[in-house]
Amino acid sequence: MFSRSYRAAITLPPLLWVTVFLLVPYAIVFFYSFWSVSPGQAIVHSWTLNNYCELLRVGVYLQTLFRSMWIAARVMILSLLLGYPLAYHLSFHAGKRKELFYQLVIIPLWVSYLVRAYAWKTILGSDGVLNTLLQYVHLTSHPWNFLLYSPFAVVLTLTHIYTPFAFLPIYASLEHIPRDLVEASNDLGAPPLQTFWRVILPLSIPGVVAGATFAFVLSLGDFLAPLLLGGPSGIMISNIVVSLFGAAYNWPLGAAISFCMLLLVVGLLFLSERLERKWAFR
Amino acid sequence: MSADSGWTRSRWLSWHSLAVFAFLYLPIVTLIVYSFNGTGVGGFPPRDLTLNWYRQLFADGAIWTSVANSIVVALAAMVISLAIGIPAALALDRGHFPGKALFRRLVLLPLILPGIITGLSLLMLFRQVGLRLSLLTIILGHGTALISVATAEVFAGLQKLERAQEEASLDLGANYWQTFWRVTIPNLRLSIIGAALLIFTLSLDEIAVSFFLIGRDNTLPLEIWGRLRRGITPEINAISTIIFLFSLFAIVAWYRLRVAAQGKAEIGTELAEAAATTG
Amino acid sequence: MGTITQSVDAQSAQAKPGSSLLSIREVSKSFGKNLVLRRISLEVAEGEFLTILGESGSGKTTLLRIIAGFENADSGEIVMSGERLDLLPPYRRRVNTVFQNYALFPHLNVRDNIGYGLSVTKLPKSEIASRVEQALAMVKMQTYANSKPAQISGGQQQRVALARALVNRPGLLLLDEPLSALDANLRRQMQVELKSLQHEVGISFVFVTHDQEEAMVMSERIALLRMGDLEQVASPREIYNRPATAYCAQFIGHTNLLRGEVKDGVARCNALSWRTGLRDGLGLFSLRPENIRPAVGAAAQGMVRFRGKIKNQAFHGATELLQVECTDGLLLFVRTSSQGNWRDEMELEFAAADAVPVRESHEAS
Repeated sequence: MFSRSYRAAITLPPLLWVTVFLLVPYAIVFFYSFWSVSPGQAIVHSWTLNNYCELLRVGVYLQTLFRSMWIAARVMILSLLLGYPLAYHLSFHAGKRKELFYQLVIIPLWVSYLVRAYAWKTILGSDGVLNTLLQYVHLTSHPWNFLLYSPFAVVLTLTHIYTPFAFLPIYASLEHIPRDLVEASNDLGAPPLQTFWRVILPLSIPGVVAGATFAFVLSLGDFLAPLLLGGPSGIMISNIVVSLFGAAYNWPLGAAISFCMLLLVVGLLFLSERLERKWAFR
Repeated sequence: MSADSGWTRSRWLSWHSLAVFAFLYLPIVTLIVYSFNGTGVGGFPPRDLTLNWYRQLFADGAIWTSVANSIVVALAAMVISLAIGIPAALALDRGHFPGKALFRRLVLLPLILPGIITGLSLLMLFRQVGLRLSLLTIILGHGTALISVATAEVFAGLQKLERAQEEASLDLGANYWQTFWRVTIPNLRLSIIGAALLIFTLSLDEIAVSFFLIGRDNTLPLEIWGRLRRGITPEINAISTIIFLFSLFAIVAWYRLRVAAQGKAEIGTELAEAAATTG
Repeated sequence: MGTITQSVDAQSAQAKPGSSLLSIREVSKSFGKNLVLRRISLEVAEGEFLTILGESGSGKTTLLRIIAGFENADSGEIVMSGERLDLLPPYRRRVNTVFQNYALFPHLNVRDNIGYGLSVTKLPKSEIASRVEQALAMVKMQTYANSKPAQISGGQQQRVALARALVNRPGLLLLDEPLSALDANLRRQMQVELKSLQHEVGISFVFVTHDQEEAMVMSERIALLRMGDLEQVASPREIYNRPATAYCAQFIGHTNLLRGEVKDGVARCNALSWRTGLRDGLGLFSLRPENIRPAVGAAAQGMVRFRGKIKNQAFHGATELLQVECTDGLLLFVRTSSQGNWRDEMELEFAAADAVPVRESHEAS
């Protein structure tokens, strides 16, 4: 029904834009990762695998990558533990107030990411809200300094930020479960908990996978929360990239790390898509 | 018995939900409360209710310049994302071309890709072609990253659009161009407004991409970032509170519009679903 | 089989006397491996009400969409008033469509929906306005001119869809199961209205439906489509009385199919036999239930008599449908006026001329 020229008109502009501003930049990152920097801080355009060798040789890169993945994994698990029961509660037991509660989960998303991270800083700091509160009610006489500038603070903040992201797809998949399936399960004699394990949970797996992917991938690449709240022990892989692109001025090495991250993310997305397909019964 | 255990379960769930909501709102409430706190950020209990920080904020030229910059960037990014994202959604819905699957993945990738990768890959592109960093580079960055939002929202809208609508228009003598403006776009109205609103707020808040593409002029998040590095000031609480209220107003307006149009509103679920299948 | 169908169809596909408006020539279409239309040829006359009748999956909607221009045929051509129609984009064709679910534009009110087609032309505003008002009056929707489609009933939406398509004064109006969304009473009422409207405007209507009763009531001619093949194109009366194939006989009305053998001018089916002009060989006959009746008096010339036992009896109001088992086990349906008090066993008869020879329809795969 659509003519050839119509199809061309809707296809070519986005195709062109995506090529210039997404595909080409990724390719540049890829090429850069095989170049190097001269002592005079000029980019040397000759091919070398040195950057990748360095990533494997210098311990701090892999260590930081693993620490980042461990932080991201904790954020993912906590977001699911917070997000899933909430989504289940809203979808199945919230009744008429469902819409309102749903909006209440969304609203924090509209508050700036940076501002929320900053708010946690004001809460967790040694003379922050939490410590002064604890002292006020005489639970402690000295401020707890371990709260801020630690991986704990990073995990807490990222969990706060990504819980709604984990919640959204889970809620959507729960909402898509036909209610007569639940009734059929009850009718066939399964008590509520059985119905949950054997009907609802399996059918909501695609949402869980999507939510987990969101939380993991987005927190893996974060560099602002660590800078703001992480302290030396909370440094993540993106912080290294930022410093390589800034003060350390080694773009090729930074590009090599970025390209590895890009591959990691694409790989994870591929995996999560496979998982979702496997669990999609529609 | 089952009613009893059901009640217990749902009570347990209620407590859990309450705790999650408390967790989600604690920082926001703290932020707002301490924007009125005379003794600055921190210190319990808050005391000396004051509007001083707001007064200070309104006299702060640098903040308002950055707000103006952010609004310019957000509006321009909105135009770019919609101008590219709407055709992209149409192409995904009804185009046939080689590499369509790759195209889909590429367009939607920035939705879930950490901003740092989008930011620095564009930085390298601009460096390569010799484009000086400025608000323009930020606009191009936001525009590119947020095409994914426009595409996902509009594509979801297209799935609900009855094909017969456009057929009827062609049948009645309107050509493709007329049909696009007079039937396709009005039918996608809600998706487009929703996408525009989302793009605007996301751009206003964006920092990871801007971080790499910033020139001399700061956007609001970068201005805040700069100040945070120097120390904590309740002025930031004040501007955040204002922006929060503004966003809240925008959501309520959008919610009303959507409820009026179709009796229900679920902001972002389509986006979440689209993003979930991005891989 | 295929060649016979085509030669027969080529004859019956001729339009009724009068000038031909649209001619569909050897149109084929497949979706992937699925052949949807097989070399369809069909003529539509000026001012005619033609119904394309078929079950779902018969290809009737695809044929309509090819005429409207929403699909392209794989081969064949369509000519309208001497001009190749199939080479034009949908918006250049003097053909308008009433869609199955009306496809009214939800963002435009009734008046703007009707005026849509005119508004994209270069006609002066005043003329557009007056033609829209006329169209509103034609379907009696003036009082709803400012309502949005969602605010009016299904029957009213149907009228607006009609007015919207007719206001452009197309050469041909296509209707894609336009009544299927209406309830039974409204549907009967709209059948009458539609028929009289067509009479009034004098435009050719091509009407697609799966409902054989609707097709019988409304059409001047019916084109019966089955699995991408035209089974028969003829007037409702002719299709009913002289069905070309077993499928036609069964799909339109109720029938008894008698499978037998013809030898030396005599057709035999189980214990029944009658004289026929057919050549020797296998024979298939359609015998309508209402053509079988209780025998009275002496057997007349050309009548076939047999004894049967009533197995089943279904009351249909004015008539009654009996299932009768002949002495040799053959089961026949018999429709009679309702009397109620049948004996268990009785003598029945039918006229040999009412056993209409039909062609075998190839089996659905």
